[in-house]
Amino acid sequence: MTKLKLLALDTATEACSAALYIDGEIYQDFQLAPREHTRLILRQAEGLLNKAGITVQQLDALAFGRGPGSFTGVRIATGVVQGMAFGADIPVVPVSTLASIAQAVYEDHQAQHVLSAIDARMGGVYWGQYQLNAEGLMQLVGDEAVLSPADVAMPASFDWCGAGSGWQAHGKILQQRLASVTRIYPDYYPQSKTIARLAVAGFKNGEAVDAAQAIPVYLRNDVAQKSADRK
Amino acid sequence: MIVLGIETSCDETGLAVYDSDRGLLAHTLHSQIKLHAEYGGVVPELASRDHVRYLLPLAEQALQQAGVSKHELDGIAYTAGPGLIGALMVGASTGRALAMTLGIPAIAVHHMEGHLLAPMLEDAAPDFPFIALLVSGGHTLLAEVQGIGQYQILGESLDDAAGEAFDKTAKMLDLGYPGGPILAKLAEQGRSGQYKFPRPMVDRPGLDFSFSGLKTFTLNTWQDAKQAGSDDEQTRADIALAFEEAVVDTLMIKCRRALRETGIKTLVIAGGVGANLRLRGALQAMVEKENSALFYPRIEFCTDNGAMIAHVGCLRLQAGQQEDLQINTRARWPIDELEKI
Repeated sequence: MTKLKLLALDTATEACSAALYIDGEIYQDFQLAPREHTRLILRQAEGLLNKAGITVQQLDALAFGRGPGSFTGVRIATGVVQGMAFGADIPVVPVSTLASIAQAVYEDHQAQHVLSAIDARMGGVYWGQYQLNAEGLMQLVGDEAVLSPADVAMPASFDWCGAGSGWQAHGKILQQRLASVTRIYPDYYPQSKTIARLAVAGFKNGEAVDAAQAIPVYLRNDVAQKSADRK
Repeated sequence: MIVLGIETSCDETGLAVYDSDRGLLAHTLHSQIKLHAEYGGVVPELASRDHVRYLLPLAEQALQQAGVSKHELDGIAYTAGPGLIGALMVGASTGRALAMTLGIPAIAVHHMEGHLLAPMLEDAAPDFPFIALLVSGGHTLLAEVQGIGQYQILGESLDDAAGEAFDKTAKMLDLGYPGGPILAKLAEQGRSGQYKFPRPMVDRPGLDFSFSGLKTFTLNTWQDAKQAGSDDEQTRADIALAFEEAVVDTLMIKCRRALRETGIKTLVIAGGVGANLRLRGALQAMVEKENSALFYPRIEFCTDNGAMIAHVGCLRLQAGQQEDLQINTRARWPIDELEKI
């Protein structure tokens, strides 16, 4: 148990959640609520803080799902966390949404090797491979990427699970390519509970940043064509 | 009451600190013009990404310049619309969460109300009622302003906004980005009377505008010049001037009509095109003949800025308005839906 108070927020996908970590206990408000994030997220945060009887200023740090995910969605949590961290002078731990999914599948199903996938739209998928470390936390193997589901590569010989909305949207192609993956949890979303758990470890490892440095990781960066390239 | 204002509706990140007693204390701005220039126009996604990087550093800078600690703030004002939804979201989510954390009220500000009341940031501020001409890249409208939140729209552009017409015309003349100011600069070299351009809709009653025909007329004129082999720099400047004169004349005629029809003696110009010196000159000459007065904000407050948002936010917070605990944005938001205070 780590003696620490931390609030985690995530609005990167259809899910919208807040979680409060207090000295080893985690309380979460999780809702599947597409397009409701702007209405919900601050109330979820306030609800958890009020129930615990603490203020943002009493927290040691904030955490957020820093992406990948919906661009605007990721920026909602980013903006909220920046505003709170700046207002309360506390640091922020950015956490991968793909890692959050992998951690949740470990906690719920004891899966130790997870292929995390979030639907990236436009025929793409946000992709990351995670495996369990000695502290019971899922850790990235290689790099996160945005790619076509037809281009994902089968990782080395473990009993891998699939998880996340990428397996809903592109299940057929992914299963063709990765035939040995039989356990699939397609209805898993990033969630603040596991973001909080990963962030507590990140905080101890010195991964916290100042409010202004709490910025998204989009993975997809080719969002527009320059005039010169169009000609 | 001290208010922090946040503007992120398009391609400028603007922050400001406004005090109801002492007026504007500080304002900071980051313009993304260079970022979007390579794309020939504002790319909404890139604009949103840039706001995330610049908002807090600019807020810190504004507070420091104002000599105000964030704990002395009494409210947060942010632009909620109209504008690019993803860009608006950055200022709204950061501003609303900051207010929640500091335990102070937040207010969602209408971007155009910010522009409309920007002349009140100056020492020589207009009194109500006045006629306001709002001209920018996204809007062209004439409104009768009886008080704060009392805006009756007298006329609007039926197609392109005036600033948009400037930008598109500049593109047709193969000028750079952002086109409007470059076109205006080129027009300074133009010779008046070389071309006769129409003055759209001035012979019709009413106060609406239309600029897309003028844009096409300019394109045809330029293409004819090209075909005749006379597409030299002087011709291009002459055409730019003829276009600018036509827009300015049209705006002036409609403003004069609005003053005469309402009997109001005060005219206010605001918005990015309000920085155009030919427009300012033409309107000044007109109001003098009409026994009226002209007011406008300093040039830097014609374009998007945080000061106008902090100012309007302060007025509305002082009147007791504030937002619920949610992030409010409205890509579309008719200005006559605002509450009067």
